[in-house]
Amino acid sequence: MLEINNLACTRGDHQLFSGLSFSLSAGELLQVQGENGKGKTSLLRMLCGFLAPAAGEIRWRGQDIRDLDEEYYAEMVYLGHLNAIKDELNALENLRISAGLAGCEVDDKQVIAALRHMGLRGRETLPVKVLSQGQRRRVALARLLVGNAPLWILDEPLTALDVGAVGLMQELIGTHLAKNGMVIFTTHQPLEVAGVETRRLTLS
Amino acid sequence: MNRLSLFGLLRLVINRDLMLAMRRRADVLTTLIFFVMVVSLFPLGVGPELGMLRKMAPGVVWVAALLASMLSLGRMFSADYLDGTLEQMLLAPQSLSVLVLGKILAHWMLSGLPLVLMAPVLGLQFDMSVQSLWVLIASLLLGTPVLSMIGAVGAALTLGLRGGGVLVSLLVLPLCIPVLIFGTGAVEAVASGMSVASHLSLLGALLVLALVFTPWVTAQALRISME
Repeated sequence: MLEINNLACTRGDHQLFSGLSFSLSAGELLQVQGENGKGKTSLLRMLCGFLAPAAGEIRWRGQDIRDLDEEYYAEMVYLGHLNAIKDELNALENLRISAGLAGCEVDDKQVIAALRHMGLRGRETLPVKVLSQGQRRRVALARLLVGNAPLWILDEPLTALDVGAVGLMQELIGTHLAKNGMVIFTTHQPLEVAGVETRRLTLS
Repeated sequence: MNRLSLFGLLRLVINRDLMLAMRRRADVLTTLIFFVMVVSLFPLGVGPELGMLRKMAPGVVWVAALLASMLSLGRMFSADYLDGTLEQMLLAPQSLSVLVLGKILAHWMLSGLPLVLMAPVLGLQFDMSVQSLWVLIASLLLGTPVLSMIGAVGAALTLGLRGGGVLVSLLVLPLCIPVLIFGTGAVEAVASGMSVASHLSLLGALLVLALVFTPWVTAQALRISME
């Protein structure tokens, strides 16, 4: 489904990685590993089309993602280091807007259900600026629940999350994989999903 | 789960930007107060000679509008860039150009439209005739959206740069000169009893041209800035 052929990445004069090839099919979980500065985030940003590869190609269902463009974006969710939520808005408004940007029209019931699932009951209408870092991350993660894109690209999804929320994330990823989803993620914390073998890709 | 239509996306982006601005009113007021202050200082500075004031009115109002619209350009994309929303916007499965058009329209409603509404009041300080005031409103109504659109390209190109605020003015102001010339030209024409049609049609043509090209150019500039 997602195929990477001979991918290389350079930032400035510095080559981060080259000759990287792997593929990911439905129901698979891939963890990108590597020390700080080895290009994990750059690889994920490349998979989103933000960065152009120095060499090689990224194919989704057999076609280059640069050619697919918006068709590809409809089938993926990216969660970066930044939460992409607005301090001035409340969790409900934030989630409704990010679902809209991802192309889904959702009603309040779905949004509230997603927020409650992420353990934010009673916080739905508070401005996000009064929430803690972990709670903000939960608002950002709730985006995974309102879309139906098969490919999840998660950059350090577990930052600022407590043990309960990490468990919730594992469950969420497990359900997504069971529905033939695909997940690529980076993390420095242990993340194991029951019944699924985690494939590992180490950048060095 | 329903797919959001293009029009739905446009509405969502405009609503969102207006809602954010309403929760941070100071930003909107800054532009308007700057405009009012600059225009009001001229009659005080050059003295109460009505003939001269009437003559310089369109130029003063237009230049002030141009400078005021520069003030808010830096904020057009920077907040979204800093909190990661812009990344999500680039990943929107509908057209990025439509999304950018939504942001431009919201920007105009917040920084251009208040100026248009305030202009006739300020025009009175310069003893402008009623007819001139109407033409001034019409020219601003056609011209200020063009300023927002050209400004969006500049704002997208200078995104994330240090000193981007100065750079964006250097980049955008020269491109706004045609708008300034035809905008003031229209008001001067009506004051000297000539037809305003040519000036206003040229402004309208600029508006159409900008409407067609700038959202797409801005979208490409945003993609470049994101690398």
